[in-house]
Amino acid sequence: MAAAFSWIRAEPHGIHIVPGNCWIDPARPVDTALVTHGHSDHARGGHHRTVATPATLAIMALRYETRINTVPVEYGETIALPGGVAATFVPAGHVLGSAQIVLEHAGERVVVTGDYKRRADPTCAPFQPVPCDVFVTEATFGLPVFRHPPVEEEIGRLLAARAANPDRCVLVGAYALGKAQRLIAELRLAGHAAPIYLHGALERMCRLYEELGIDLGDLRLVAGMAKGALAGQIVLAPPSALGDRWSRRLPDPITAMASGWMRIRQRARQRNVELPLIVSDHADWDELTDTIREVDPAETWITHGREEALLRWCELDQRKVRALALVGYEDEDD
Amino acid sequence: MEQFAALLDALVYTSSRNAKLKLLADYLRRTPDPDRGWALAALTGGLDFPAVKSAAIRNLLMERVDPVLYALSRDYVGDTAETASLLWPEPADPPSPPSVAEAVDILSGMTRASVARELPALLDRLDANGRYALLKLATGAMRIGISARLAKTAFAQAFAVPLDDVEEYWHGQAAPYAPLFDWAAHGAEPPSGKDLPLFRPFMLAHPLEETAVDMADFAAEWKWDGIRVQIVRAGDETRVYSRSGDDISGAFPEIAAALAVPAVLDGELLVRGSHQGGEEGGAASFNALQQRLGRKTVSRKMLEDYPAFVRLYDLLIHADEDLRAHAWEQRRLLLEEFAAGLDPARFDLSPVIAAASLDELAAIRERARDEAIEGVMLKRRDSPYVAGRRTGLWYKWKRDPLLVDCVLMYAQRGSGKRSSFYSDYTFGCWDGDPDAGAELLPVGKAYFGFTDEELRWLDSYVRRHTVNRFGPVRETDKSLVLEVAFDSVHESRRHKSGLAMRFPRIARIRTDKPAHEADRIETLRNMVRD
Repeated sequence: MAAAFSWIRAEPHGIHIVPGNCWIDPARPVDTALVTHGHSDHARGGHHRTVATPATLAIMALRYETRINTVPVEYGETIALPGGVAATFVPAGHVLGSAQIVLEHAGERVVVTGDYKRRADPTCAPFQPVPCDVFVTEATFGLPVFRHPPVEEEIGRLLAARAANPDRCVLVGAYALGKAQRLIAELRLAGHAAPIYLHGALERMCRLYEELGIDLGDLRLVAGMAKGALAGQIVLAPPSALGDRWSRRLPDPITAMASGWMRIRQRARQRNVELPLIVSDHADWDELTDTIREVDPAETWITHGREEALLRWCELDQRKVRALALVGYEDEDD
Repeated sequence: MEQFAALLDALVYTSSRNAKLKLLADYLRRTPDPDRGWALAALTGGLDFPAVKSAAIRNLLMERVDPVLYALSRDYVGDTAETASLLWPEPADPPSPPSVAEAVDILSGMTRASVARELPALLDRLDANGRYALLKLATGAMRIGISARLAKTAFAQAFAVPLDDVEEYWHGQAAPYAPLFDWAAHGAEPPSGKDLPLFRPFMLAHPLEETAVDMADFAAEWKWDGIRVQIVRAGDETRVYSRSGDDISGAFPEIAAALAVPAVLDGELLVRGSHQGGEEGGAASFNALQQRLGRKTVSRKMLEDYPAFVRLYDLLIHADEDLRAHAWEQRRLLLEEFAAGLDPARFDLSPVIAAASLDELAAIRERARDEAIEGVMLKRRDSPYVAGRRTGLWYKWKRDPLLVDCVLMYAQRGSGKRSSFYSDYTFGCWDGDPDAGAELLPVGKAYFGFTDEELRWLDSYVRRHTVNRFGPVRETDKSLVLEVAFDSVHESRRHKSGLAMRFPRIARIRTDKPAHEADRIETLRNMVRD
C-alpha cells in the first residue's frame, strides 16, 4: 500500500505535487509553479508556467516581469492539474492576492497556506479555514511570546507620536508589498486624512493596489519636498531606508518600524527603532494554534519559521506533525 | 509603575546618550518621592530582593507554560524577564498597577516560601510592559545601557547640581535617597559623609593610542595586573572598595586590618609572588589573585596561600584633609611619606619609572611582558584627582596583545542586544599535525573584538556552516580561521587543552587562511609565563 499523502512531497526547494510535476512556491525555476502570494521568497521569476490569483500575477508582472504563460485562478476557482490533482485557491488574508492552495487527489485533501493571518485587513480578503487531511502551515511567529496587539492600538500610538512631535516627522519602515498599504488603509480608517508621504520604492506597489481597487487616499512622494514641509507628517519607507542616507532629508525623524518582530525589545534595538509598532501580516502564536485546532487536520506540516515550538505544541496537543525544513524562505520578511 | 514602565521602554529604544539623559532627568523631576528614589535605585542596581531571582521567575513560568516552549522562547528572546512578561497569561481583570514604592514594599516582604504566591498576584495587576518593568526592577538585571554614572549625570542635570557632588553624596545613602532629593530638589543641606568610610569615585585613564605626551609634564608608573581598589578608613572602620564601588572588605580582612589611621588610598590589590616584576617585591599572577576574588569570607588557608597586599598609587584624603584638588606631584610626596608608616607586608609603593622620553618609556614598556605587567600608566604631574576619565590627565599604555590563529569550532547565540546573533565564539588549536590526523581542542571563547558588520558576517557564516545544533549552540564545520588577540595565557585544569587565555578577543577574520594552517596548542603553550 502506498503511504498516505505520498503524492505530495516536501523537497528542500519547494512543495512538489508529484503526479502533475507541479511545484508550490519553488525556490528555483520549474516547469509549472503554483504561487501563493507575491513576496519574493515565495514568488520568483523564471518558471515556464505560473499559476496564481490575478492580483498575485499582477504583482509578479510588476516585480519580476512575469507576463507570459500565466494562468490566473480566482478565489474559489478550481483548476485541474495533470495527474488527477485538483487545485483550489482560497484567501489567506496575508497580502493582496494571497491564497492558500487546496489540493485534492485520491480522496485526500492537502491545504498549503503559504503565509497567512487571521486579523482583519482592509487591503485583502480574509483567511478562510478549509478542513483538510494535511495542513501545511507557516510558523513565522511560532513562539508563544508572539501575541500581536490589536492593530488599532498600534495605529493609535503612531498617531499619538505624530501629534506629540509637530516639529518632527514619523518615519515608518514598512515592506513595500502589503505592510505599507495596510498601514495606510488602517491610518485612513482611524481618521487620518492628511497626505501620507512615500519613499520612491513604495510608489509602484501602492499605485498597483489602487488600480486593483484598494483606496489609499492622498499619497505623495518625499522626493522634491522641502525638509520643513514634512514636519508633523507621516512618511513611509522600506525598512532598508530607515538608517540610509536617504532619511537625512527628513526633519529629525522619529524612526518607527511596523513588524511582528517589534514585540521583542532587542529586535527593535538592533534596528535602532525608536517607535516599534507591532503590526504583522502573519498569524501570531494564538492564531497559529487556534487555526490548527479549527482546521483539525490528520497531519500538520510546518514549512518555515520557528517550527520547533509549533512542533512541540502539536505534540502536546496530541497531533501528528512534522517540520519540512524548506530552505530559502526568509523568516524576517514581516 | 506605568510611568516607570514607560521610562524603561523609552530608554530601551533610545540610543543617544543625551536623549537618555533627558528622559531620565524629566522622569526624576516629574515623579514624586519616594517613587523616583526607588526607580533610581532600580536603574543603578541599588535594589536587591533576595527572594526574587531569575530562578524563582522561571519556576513560576514552568507551572504555567510547557518547559520546552519556555526554553525555546527564552532562547529566542534572550532575556528572562522579557520572556516571562510576554508568556505570562493575560489576567481576566483589567490592570490595577501598583506604584513603584508599593511594588518595592511588596517585593521586599517576599520570602522564598511566599514568592510563588505573591509574585503572581503582583504580575496579574500589570500589562506586558508593566510586568517587564516589575521583573526588571525585582531582579536588578536591567541591561538597558544605563550605567550608575549615567543615572547620576541625569540626576545632576535634573536639578542643576554638580555631578562630582552627586557622586560623593550618593555613596552611603540608601534608597529611596530622601536626603539626596531634599538636597538637590529642595536646597536642603547635603548629606554628611564625615566619619563614614565612604567610597570616593575613582580617577580613570584614557588609552594612550596615538597621543604624543611630553615626558616633562608626565610621570610614568607600572600598570600592575591585579584589581584597582580604594581603602577607606573613617570613624572606626576600614573598608576596601573595588573599582565599581563594591565593598570587598570581607574577602580581604588582612588589608582592612592593616590601615588604622583615617585616610583614603588608591592602589592595586595583588597577591605576593614573583610573577610580576621579578623576585624582589614581586606579585603573583592575576590567576593567583582570582582565587581570592568573589568570596564573602576567606579561610585561614587562603590567607596563608595567597597573601594579599596593596601597591599604592595615590592618597586622596589624609586625616581630615581632602587632597584631591592638589597636583599629583604633591599627593605623591604625601603618599610616600604616609606609606612609610604603613605595614610593609600589606602596603608598598608603586614605583615611579624614570623615563626622559616617550621612546625610552616605550623600550621599558617592551619589558612589561617579560615581567608580566599589564603595561604602563602616564599621569600628568599637575593633575588633580578627579572622578572618571578626564581627557589629557591620565593615560594607560598597555603592552601589545599576543596573537594566535585559531579555528572556529562552536558559536552560541548572544543575549540582550545580540539575542538573534551567533556572537559567542569558541575556537581551538590543533593538538598536533592536522595533516596527520590531529584534532582541534578548544582553547578559548570570545564575544568581542569584531565590528557590527563583522558580527553580521560571522552570524551568517555560522548559519551556513552548521554541522550540529545543541540548543543555542551550533557546531560549525571548522573551516574558518580567526586571529585571536589576548593579554596572556595560563595553565588551567578547567580546559581540555590545559590552557586558559586572559581577555581573548577576535582580532581578525582570516578567510584567506585554510584551517589546517591555524596554530597548534604547542605554539600557545610556549606563550605561558606562569
